[in-house]
Amino acid sequence: MSGQILSVESLSAVSLREGGQAILRDVSLSLAPGEVLGLVGESGAGKSTIAKAVLGILPSGIRITEGRIRFEGRDMLAMPRAEVRSILGSEITLIPQDPLSALNPGRRIGPQITDGLRLRRGLSRSEARARALALLSEVHIRDPERVLGAFPHQLSGGMRQRVLIAAAFSMEPKLVIADEPTTALDVTVQKQILRLIRAMQETHGTAVVFVTHDLGVVAQICDRVTLLYAGRVIESGHTADMLQRPAHPYTRALIASSPRYDRPDVGLAPVPESVFEGLRAEIAAFDRERRA
Amino acid sequence: MTAPLVEARDLVVAYGRRNRLFGAPFPGVAVLHGVNVAIGRGETVGIVGESGSGKSTLGRALLRLVDAAGGRILFDGEDITRKGEDEIRPLRRRMQMIFQDPMSSLNPRQTIRRILAGPVLLHGLEVGPAAADRRVAAMVERVGLPQAVLDRHPHELSGGQRQRVGIARAAILKPDFVLADEIVSGLDVSTQAQVLRLIADLSAEMGLAMAFISHDLSVVRAICHRVYVLNGGRIVEEGDCEAVFAAPRDPYTRALLDAIPLPEIDPGWLQRGTGDEAA
Repeated sequence: MSGQILSVESLSAVSLREGGQAILRDVSLSLAPGEVLGLVGESGAGKSTIAKAVLGILPSGIRITEGRIRFEGRDMLAMPRAEVRSILGSEITLIPQDPLSALNPGRRIGPQITDGLRLRRGLSRSEARARALALLSEVHIRDPERVLGAFPHQLSGGMRQRVLIAAAFSMEPKLVIADEPTTALDVTVQKQILRLIRAMQETHGTAVVFVTHDLGVVAQICDRVTLLYAGRVIESGHTADMLQRPAHPYTRALIASSPRYDRPDVGLAPVPESVFEGLRAEIAAFDRERRA
Repeated sequence: MTAPLVEARDLVVAYGRRNRLFGAPFPGVAVLHGVNVAIGRGETVGIVGESGSGKSTLGRALLRLVDAAGGRILFDGEDITRKGEDEIRPLRRRMQMIFQDPMSSLNPRQTIRRILAGPVLLHGLEVGPAAADRRVAAMVERVGLPQAVLDRHPHELSGGQRQRVGIARAAILKPDFVLADEIVSGLDVSTQAQVLRLIADLSAEMGLAMAFISHDLSVVRAICHRVYVLNGGRIVEEGDCEAVFAAPRDPYTRALLDAIPLPEIDPGWLQRGTGDEAA
């Protein structure tokens, strides 16, 4: 498809450690400019592997065996390394799950935001500082001067996540990968951060891949969704369609198993064993066909 | 109402309290400021709040795992606030705990069989390994695990299976009171639903008094009869789940509920409530 910011085409990957066990099975997905795509699944579904593959940070034990990752039409897996490096951290940036380990504990916040602007955008020291201050205000940090001079441990979890959102958008990237960015936060802070990511994304016209296991978060922030199980795409489509008219039994079962404080009668239904049997049969059939 | 099995009255807990060489002792930093909680037999009570609210401290204080700086803890009518460990020990079997992360609460070097049989023998519930093994086998079946797990070690099990072992280890001692601290927060939703079903069935079967600590109000709504909402070490709201969730009286409870994203399209949700400013 043309005009897509990101398209993952028939991506397959194996784990070298587990004797070539498949991790991604022929995954395809695409993302238009300015769109928010939810990458959803339970643990082991492959959602983080896809995010890491796009960011070029797959662990050494995982090898891509087939497929393409196209960024603005160009295959990143076939590009010279220098070209990949010029894209990552600049046109594609990351909002990580754990804001504490993503920040250097021994450096103040200021240089951690301005480094990229100075080195890769060629801004002067004072220009970069002014830009950082503006970004921190944009993410609703009340006292940006103080935060620029602070060390990471002096900020709360929610504040650190705001700093990293500011850093991710500082480069005016075309694509932001948000890897479970609210999993470690309290619900009230989570809501603020979700609102902030959506607002930044709309203001800057950025496309976002939002990795999450929470269908509630998906419903509130994603335009489209791709649901994965065991490295297979199970269902993808517009968020409203998928939640209101789920096509696959696994999608239906996942929605029914999510607890709801407003409807204790409908939530928390365990996923029937027949659904997992069906999934395992699909995966086995795919693997057989692959080997043939 | 009959007398509660577990009770906290005007409970104050402070961390970092110590005596000084001269002058008054350093009072420490209070994390619970006079909390009243009562849990009856057969009752599952939710304790909810955000990080730093004091919910885990409250749970630990009920089990006398942290000391009270003020107020009282009662267990089955007995004041246990100041009892020494020797006096508490006979009660320990009757009060059990299920932890958030079974990986760090199960001995990694022991098989599941030993993990479950050890406490049975220690507390003298069965005499001899053969009888203990029979009890272990029955409990493993009750929590929905195959007998094959008995010879495995914790790291060989999935997260959901490990949490079932954690539940089995508490239930096998036939306790009267169970503290469950964030027991499903690390699990996938499909697994979470199964584990919650199991814990609800077991506690009904055994007539347990259960304190169910969670940051997830949807989960609490699903399995608790009553709920206490903690904010900054104080109870801001309590009542039957049905009433509290349908019409919360405290603005903090309201804010917590409004912040939960539900799996349905709600175009106004993202912009509603909860301030934007970060200090």
